[in-house]
Amino acid sequence: MFDGRVLLKQVILLFWPLISTWVQGAEKIDSCQLQVLEMLSSLGSAGGKSAKPSFVSYVTPEEIKSEKEPSRKEKHPDLLPGEVVFCSASTVLKYTQDDLSQRGVFGVLLCTNFRVSFVSDEEPTEEMVRTLFKNKLYGENDIPLSCVDNIYGDKRKLITGGLVKNKYPSKMIIHCKDLRVFQFSLSFSKEEDAKKIFQGIVHHCLEPKSLRCLFAFSYCENTSPNRKCVGGLFTKLLRKKQTVMFDSVEDWTQDMKRTKGNCRVVSENSNFELSPKLPQYFIVPKNVSDEDLTKYQGKGLPMWCWSHHSGCALFKTASIPLVQEDNVCCRMLTAVAHNHLYSVKTEDLSDTLPTVQDILLSYNKFKQFFLIDNTTEFWMSDMKWFSSLDNCGWLDIIRQCLQKAVEVVESLEKENTNVLIMEEGGSDLCCVVSSLVQLMLDPYYRTLLGFQSLVQKEWVAGGHAFLDRSNHLHLKDKVESQSPVFLLFLECVWQLQQQHGPAFQFSETYLTVLSDSVHVPVFTTFLFNNDGHRDSLLRAESPHTQRSPLNCPTVWDWSVQFDCKAQDLFTNPLYTEKPKQDTSVRKSYRPRHLRQLSLPSSAFKTPPKKGFFKDEADNLKKILGVKRLSRWMLSPSSDSPQTSSSVREFYEAWQTKPLDYHGLLLPCLDGPSIRVWMQRYLRWIHDVQILGGGPVAMLSKVSEILGEVQELQRQLDRHGCTLTSNHKGARPRAKTAAAVIAARSSVRLSSSFPFVTSRNWAFKPAIPTSLLQSLMVTGMPGNLADREDDGGPESLV
Amino acid sequence: MEKHSVGGGDSPALPGVPNRNNQPRALANSGSTQASVETLDSPTGSHVEWCKQLIAATISSQISSVTPDTASRDFKALRDGTKQVQMDEVPLVPGETIKAVAKDVMYICPFTGLVTGTLTSTNYKLYFISLERDTPFILDVNLGAISRLETISVQSHGENTQGMEIVCKDMRSPRFAYKKEDASQPEIVEVLTKHTFPLSNGLPLFAFLYKEKFLVDGWKVYDPISEYKRQGLPNESWAISKMNSSYEVCDTYPALLVIPTSIKDDDLKRVVAFRARHRIPVLSWIHPESQATIVRSSQPLVGPSDRRCKEDERYLQTIMDANAQSHKLTIFDARQSSVADNNKAKDGGYESESFYPNVELNFLEIPNIHVMRESLRKLKEVVYPSTDEAHWHSAVDQTHWLEYIRVLLAGAVRIADKLESGKTSVVVHCSDGWDRTAQLTSLAMLMLDSHYRTLRGFQVLLEKEWISFGHKFAARVGHGDENHANSERSPLFIQFIDCVWQMTRQFPAAFEFNELFLITILDHLYSCLFGTFLYNSEQERVVNEVQTKTVSLWSYINSQPEDFTNPFYVDYEHHVLYPLASVRHLELWTGYYVRWNPRMRPQMPVHQNLKELLFLKAELQRKVEELQREASSSHGSLSSSSEHTSSPSHSGGTPLHTTV
Repeated sequence: MFDGRVLLKQVILLFWPLISTWVQGAEKIDSCQLQVLEMLSSLGSAGGKSAKPSFVSYVTPEEIKSEKEPSRKEKHPDLLPGEVVFCSASTVLKYTQDDLSQRGVFGVLLCTNFRVSFVSDEEPTEEMVRTLFKNKLYGENDIPLSCVDNIYGDKRKLITGGLVKNKYPSKMIIHCKDLRVFQFSLSFSKEEDAKKIFQGIVHHCLEPKSLRCLFAFSYCENTSPNRKCVGGLFTKLLRKKQTVMFDSVEDWTQDMKRTKGNCRVVSENSNFELSPKLPQYFIVPKNVSDEDLTKYQGKGLPMWCWSHHSGCALFKTASIPLVQEDNVCCRMLTAVAHNHLYSVKTEDLSDTLPTVQDILLSYNKFKQFFLIDNTTEFWMSDMKWFSSLDNCGWLDIIRQCLQKAVEVVESLEKENTNVLIMEEGGSDLCCVVSSLVQLMLDPYYRTLLGFQSLVQKEWVAGGHAFLDRSNHLHLKDKVESQSPVFLLFLECVWQLQQQHGPAFQFSETYLTVLSDSVHVPVFTTFLFNNDGHRDSLLRAESPHTQRSPLNCPTVWDWSVQFDCKAQDLFTNPLYTEKPKQDTSVRKSYRPRHLRQLSLPSSAFKTPPKKGFFKDEADNLKKILGVKRLSRWMLSPSSDSPQTSSSVREFYEAWQTKPLDYHGLLLPCLDGPSIRVWMQRYLRWIHDVQILGGGPVAMLSKVSEILGEVQELQRQLDRHGCTLTSNHKGARPRAKTAAAVIAARSSVRLSSSFPFVTSRNWAFKPAIPTSLLQSLMVTGMPGNLADREDDGGPESLV
Repeated sequence: MEKHSVGGGDSPALPGVPNRNNQPRALANSGSTQASVETLDSPTGSHVEWCKQLIAATISSQISSVTPDTASRDFKALRDGTKQVQMDEVPLVPGETIKAVAKDVMYICPFTGLVTGTLTSTNYKLYFISLERDTPFILDVNLGAISRLETISVQSHGENTQGMEIVCKDMRSPRFAYKKEDASQPEIVEVLTKHTFPLSNGLPLFAFLYKEKFLVDGWKVYDPISEYKRQGLPNESWAISKMNSSYEVCDTYPALLVIPTSIKDDDLKRVVAFRARHRIPVLSWIHPESQATIVRSSQPLVGPSDRRCKEDERYLQTIMDANAQSHKLTIFDARQSSVADNNKAKDGGYESESFYPNVELNFLEIPNIHVMRESLRKLKEVVYPSTDEAHWHSAVDQTHWLEYIRVLLAGAVRIADKLESGKTSVVVHCSDGWDRTAQLTSLAMLMLDSHYRTLRGFQVLLEKEWISFGHKFAARVGHGDENHANSERSPLFIQFIDCVWQMTRQFPAAFEFNELFLITILDHLYSCLFGTFLYNSEQERVVNEVQTKTVSLWSYINSQPEDFTNPFYVDYEHHVLYPLASVRHLELWTGYYVRWNPRMRPQMPVHQNLKELLFLKAELQRKVEELQREASSSHGSLSSSSEHTSSPSHSGGTPLHTTV
């Protein structure tokens, strides 16, 4: 390992001035160095039980040496700090997606401790270099190890790890969690290389490993001193304008004050003495005593989420284990109720919403529609598209979550009761519902920073088990607990955003990127199961054990992934700023005419109080036959049992009022309104990219106009006149957003913007296969000769 | 329980009412009086107010009780004590008269329950208003949109109760109930029937009674000569022929046709005889660069015995030769090949590749008009009155509606691609060449030619490819005809507009017109208010003097074009747009098909914010110009310019955040 050691030493020496400010004495360097080396070897032989000698050999001195040679060095991706190449194979063929002719690009396939990376032999074209929306951590041909979903071998055989020695498939298909699909052929590589790379990838992507092997730790060790320097006091000062992390008493107190809540902040758990599963800080009703806290170690505690302006509040709790005395439950309920002398309503989410397993099953079916290996398969699935959508039930799960949230909103907004939502762990669907409720009720959470704070509050501090739910470590005993609950939440947010665009400061692209970031094992945000877990690991992994925990970036530090220009795409140019003069920030949106609310759809169900048409109604009922009429009356109970009539009424009543983007927002739950998140799911599929179309066409126009408005404003300013307008806030954003798109005419962009660059796009429609499919489906013989003649996507490589 | 379709009857004549097309204008006029009206939210600029009214009046349409602005308008009326005038008066368009009024009628609203009110029938619409709720409940249905009227008569408790279902072509079926007390009551149904189906009752269509005057004359929108001139015609290969000027050659074709210059009259006669209904191949569109053309026709009368027509073969050869870029000609037969074979057995058929040299024939496999009618019928069941939540997508899937949209778009994309990339001329036909052919050629032209993507250009496209080339609007829609079961009826034009809408979804910035424009077109396809879509052919329109006796829809549209304009519009100029014919990118047009469901109604049009932005821009622009003028006129005089600096902040302070 001599060469490698020298290399590492160089790296460390490079950081020496930084490190020395933190660490006194040269012996520390050695310990640092040692740790890095330890880590290296542990990664090489990760997983303990599968420590076969063959795996240790991944990082051989020869290989490390060869990486340094200039000829090979070109074939490297730019390694990140702390990133180490395990193995590589040259002359690997990467198929161009959807290509039946089996064409592709040759290059080097590498596996590092961060990613699987393919480096093309071809010189990158200028267009590729200029890619605007470039992720700084990984490129379009890189797959972070935690992003690998499934690997298939020849004949689409699922590879599950635990391989037979010396065997490897000639073709390897990798399905990613961000829905990219890669197909590699290993048959042109040297057998030894091919075997190594295949087994290396399978080993590092699929087999169990320990948390400390995740890339975040080596990355942070190699970057944190640097970050620490810029941090410190400056960050503290900046903090006010940043995402609220909810890792201090002040954060919680402030949020409670903001919503005028009246509960108490608990800081007894700051060192996780009560329970490591509880957040460091949290808020409970005033009546919960210290004794309660310690006695039950926080189990079944109603945790405050948010206070409504009427004084009632939303709480969530993990269900109380049966072994405890019954009166705990009652005591806690009374505590919640006493909160504001209001009544309390409990919602057990385990009863009404799908389980985490249901969610996983449904999502697994759903995602298959988008993991497209080839064009034929794609067009085949196109035919059954809508039915398949229904069958997998994913959209219905989204609807159910949104509906539950609306129900809770109704209790808070209309009935002014406290609401206590509960489920077994208290950190899955509780998080989904409580954050949705807050998004609907509180415009603050619809801003970019507000949304990030919400995720911190409800999900990160709230103890959603990100590690178990995404099963980054591929632990066999955690397979059961895997579930895309956070993605489900983002899906719901996307639905809200689709329906009420101008109410959200962040864009669809932001949500898509956030959903991808879950699988980038660099951010502490998504790596742990709860605060305690995070704290203990970061402390344990810290190179300066006595001093401070390891300082890893959170996902909210977007500059780690994207440069400023790319980040501009995270904001919604049509966002309506809150009017400044509005002092009555949270006025009640009471409907003017309550009487109207009681009318809808109840006419036939219960004897209506309003006698003025009761007679007629009764009469008609007899006349026309209840059954026939019931369909016409849209009686919710009989027609669609899923949406309760009360939710419907609540929605309709809300809908008749003027829409206020800074007030209550409710989603429409009718069939047509719940849609597929096209950008996230279709972005990589070549066949469904609309060239010159998609939402980006609108975006560029809006940006252009905003730019013009800004320019005119400047001209006016020059003339020394000011214009009072609410769009002022939108202006600074406008400039940058315009700059992002102005470079290319929107005609050249596609519906996959900004995720796929437009290189190689001949302006040709994707027709031939679709036509072939339609012929096949209608039972007609396909005219193959014709298809050839038409050309089409096949000719684009 | 008896159930019967209602026949005609006598009518009393009563005073009159407006229509909702007129409404925006009327609202605009009353804009000044509304300035003081307390709206439900913060004050908004007149522009915003205008948009709100427009949307409420036209898109959100007839069940207007739930739209807040209607409410506020009526509150104002209440406060002003003008209640009687406002409420009892049925709004009428010029030329419209009230024919019957029935009180205490119950409307069985599938969304909000029963509501009792007054039902009025005019010669143009059915108007129901109820004042029993806090906000007046209004429902109005253009009689033209009614497909059939059904009544149920029931005896119970010694009372005779009538139920009336109004089955509409625009995806709804409102139901009413009323007590049959005396002889005066049943008459509403009879009056309604008589005016709903004027042609079956010897009455004129309402378009001939409509007396509105517009500033713009919509009949001038389409001038064939100037349209062909825009395309660069005539040229050395193509001539504008007047041979059909008296519709003697082909009674379903327009008077002016573009045919190859070299064709001899005698040969042409043979071609005429060889093509079904004499619809010979004529030019629809020519590519400005490659000179490749879209040519439309009907099927050749090949018959079971494989008849040949040398002149027809040569004619197609000439079309091919007119385009120097390609030595091929592609024929797109829109039909399913099996159906084409059936047609061949019945004296129709398709061009044989062995008789026509260098010709390739493709079938686009589009099902016929009956399949489409059935599909839309199923779709109506899915969307009205309720939409099933959990099985929504499967239900839509089972109607196959979107699948047919997909097949159509895919066909049109192939045609456009053949012209653009293949530089090859195409001939498009189905059986008669007035249904699927019109759909395909107009869609392909929309993809190829950015002119047709403008507000005016699209009108030209419709006038040309659909109206002048004899899409049988009267037969397909059944204007004023009571025979609702006629198998000639089919929603092909709706299907086409749906395809256009799908394209506007995929290319949100490429079209100058907006969704409201498309919905308005479809509403007036049925309404019989305008003469635009009446009759089956140009000849019939000439005979019935449509242009002099009726108003064009484009007169209405073009007198307020800003309402039908897409704020996102960017001219894509010479870019060909290929929509993606994948079901993944198609969606059901809820803004049209599901618009009667109040829950599906957008509270605020999506483009509102941008419209405001445009408004702000215009405002700023104006101010900048003002200041510049100021600066140049009083050169260097600081005092005068600073004086003016304060004034813009007043007028410019129009609140632009929106709450509708």
